[in-house]
Amino acid sequence: MRQVAIYGKGGIGKSTTTQNLTAALAYRKNKNIMVVGCDPKADSTRMLLGGLQQKTTLDTLREEGEDVELENILKTGFHGIRCVESGGPEPGVGCAGRGIITAIGLLEQLGAYTEDLDYVFYDVLGDVVCGGFAMPMREGKAKEIYIVASGEMMAIYAANNISKGIQKYANSGGVRIGGIICNSRKVDREKDLVEAFAKEIGTQMIYFVPRDNLVQRAEIHKQTVTEYDAESEQAMEYAGLAEAVDGNDMFIIPKPLSMPRLEELMSEFGLMDV
Amino acid sequence: MDLEKTLERLLDNYPAKVYKNRKAHVLEKTSDDELLEVAANARTIPGIISSRGCCYAGCKGVVVGPTNDIVTITHGPIGCGYYSWLTRRNKAVARGDNKTDFIQYCFSTDMQESDIVFGGVKKLTQAVQEAYDIFHPKAICICATCPVGLIGDDINAVASSMTEKLGIKVIAFSCEGYKGVSQSAGHHIANNQLMKYVVGTGERKVGKYAINILGEYNIGGDAWEVERVLKKIGYEIISTFTGDGSIDDYSCAHKASLNLVQCHRSINYIAEMLKTKYGTDWVKVNFIGVKSMSKALRDIALYFGDPELSERTEQVIAEEVADIEDRMDYYKKRLTGKTAALYVGGSRAHHYQLLLKELGISTIMAGYEFAHRDDYEGREVISSIKVDADSKNIETITVEPDESKFHVYLSKEQYESLKDKIPLDYYAGLIKEMDKGALIIDDLNHYETEQILNYLKPDIFFSGVKDKFVAQKNGVLSRQLHSYDYSGPYAGFKGAVNFARDVDMGIYSPTWKFAVAPWKKSTVLEGNLTGGEE
Repeated sequence: MRQVAIYGKGGIGKSTTTQNLTAALAYRKNKNIMVVGCDPKADSTRMLLGGLQQKTTLDTLREEGEDVELENILKTGFHGIRCVESGGPEPGVGCAGRGIITAIGLLEQLGAYTEDLDYVFYDVLGDVVCGGFAMPMREGKAKEIYIVASGEMMAIYAANNISKGIQKYANSGGVRIGGIICNSRKVDREKDLVEAFAKEIGTQMIYFVPRDNLVQRAEIHKQTVTEYDAESEQAMEYAGLAEAVDGNDMFIIPKPLSMPRLEELMSEFGLMDV
Repeated sequence: MDLEKTLERLLDNYPAKVYKNRKAHVLEKTSDDELLEVAANARTIPGIISSRGCCYAGCKGVVVGPTNDIVTITHGPIGCGYYSWLTRRNKAVARGDNKTDFIQYCFSTDMQESDIVFGGVKKLTQAVQEAYDIFHPKAICICATCPVGLIGDDINAVASSMTEKLGIKVIAFSCEGYKGVSQSAGHHIANNQLMKYVVGTGERKVGKYAINILGEYNIGGDAWEVERVLKKIGYEIISTFTGDGSIDDYSCAHKASLNLVQCHRSINYIAEMLKTKYGTDWVKVNFIGVKSMSKALRDIALYFGDPELSERTEQVIAEEVADIEDRMDYYKKRLTGKTAALYVGGSRAHHYQLLLKELGISTIMAGYEFAHRDDYEGREVISSIKVDADSKNIETITVEPDESKFHVYLSKEQYESLKDKIPLDYYAGLIKEMDKGALIIDDLNHYETEQILNYLKPDIFFSGVKDKFVAQKNGVLSRQLHSYDYSGPYAGFKGAVNFARDVDMGIYSPTWKFAVAPWKKSTVLEGNLTGGEE
């Protein structure tokens, strides 16, 4: 079982990428997959479930007390992909980080990690702001991390920050970075910058996903691109991403850049002038 | 062993950085003239087993908790509430029409995992409502524990909305355990809130000699014994902060002519703010020991400057002393020549030395858990205390004179002439009253306790529950001065005898000769030396 965590700046398309990637893995390569949404908004599995609003793990825990069954919180979506949403508090109250820790702990206790699984994907909210959001990369959880980024400055900043988190856990545990997934925003020299950044921190740009309105269209229909139009060009791109991830054997401890070096890199690619 | 060597050996086992840090907390008093500076109110070194408490303990456990006509809710997991429940033995009696005494109860929101994740505000609001519905207290205090601060529950919003809804005072104390370096931070936070929301909100007619007792927590009934004597002389005690205290009384505290400050550390903030806002002077007192108690009573009488009051004071002192003299003499004969070490509080390590001295017991080491430099060196050093980041983290409130309620008892001339005679708005600290050759150790830790007991071999070690058994396992008698074990009162005249009796009982107990480890009496391992020539 490969446990994979997807991180990246908020709004960069982590959930979209994760769902399209897992859909392709399941559809094209017949993999058994569980997707764990680690975002209080609980929208990480919407397209896989066809818009089905499932009850989050934490809501179930709160309402049912201790009598939580796996079937209450785990729903099967597109091509047999098992979907879980950790959920969390409303914005501004409580502790979302602790929520993720509790939810993942509960999944383990309920036996959600069955041996037939080829992949477990964690789709984690925004930046690694506290210990809770690093839960998926702690000991015994995800060993490989992919960072979703684009050629925008803040996305690269965030990716660099996340690398710091990975580096911290890599030194004490087994977590490694598997690569940067470029989710294109069609900015100038995007591919070059992301490639250069990835190389500089010691990893690779594992795939360049071009921008295509089909993704949005599928999303409106509460579907992944693979489900919406399996033969489309964009579906092939996600197939390519699935292929790259499935065949990936480059797992390293990232070497995050210093602020000056990061800024230097940005200006090299003309970003600082904008 | 001489002291120089003791100190050297005490500190020598430390790594260089720790050595440098701890050296500043450990002093020897070599002369009466030397000005000693002690490092105090500073962070405990990680890894060292400290006997200090937390901010919540200082706020709920020390200052807010002893109030008996209010409900104090601990907002947090159950442990904090449970372990701060009556452990300081603050006594209280039921009072009022409904005969209420809420300090018998332990109120907690008992936060669970889901309250941490989703926030505990709803549960807290419900707890406040339930407490009100069941008990109808005069006020409800909410004390925060660590997780509340971490998840950001807005307890102040709950307090203000419930104040409005219920029509009683609901006061929130953001006293999360991790704040500050010791329980001292909690005292400050408690003082601030009591001053902001309670003091000055009540009104009552008061008599000629109206006083407040500040920093007296009625442990083992101390406050009752002190109040008995003060009332006998003719004082009107408006409020006692906070032993067997009443929130109604606190609200009228501004009506007093004089404040008596017993525990300087935990309550000096209120004493100072009462002076600034309402003009009330305070005098430092020590109710522990016959001489100290007598001096305190004389100082108070001097403040009011009424010859009749002074005469009455002398009369009461004479009566009280006559009552206990014989017993004190008896214990003094049995205890003279004994030695004591004290590691307690922010006042007690000072106060009890004077009573011990009366019993012929010399104090060879004294230290505070959570005091600041002024409690050691005297208030004259306050302006030179460097305010560090930890202290800056604790809110300091400033008050302005309240013109409508401001009242001054002494004229300027009277104040100036009295200043030299009694400790008016002044505390001289612990060091000045210690004997030459004695040690002063701040934030004494577990390792140092063991070493000190071993090197100095005091006959008795006064401390708290965390270090008591360290001493007793080493065969040294230990009495708790936080809770008086199961005894008390120790304050005032009658209390002095109780204290002498307990010390005598402990020292002459045959227990200590049985407390020898088995391996010190006989061999527990047998073996042959091999490897050399047979």
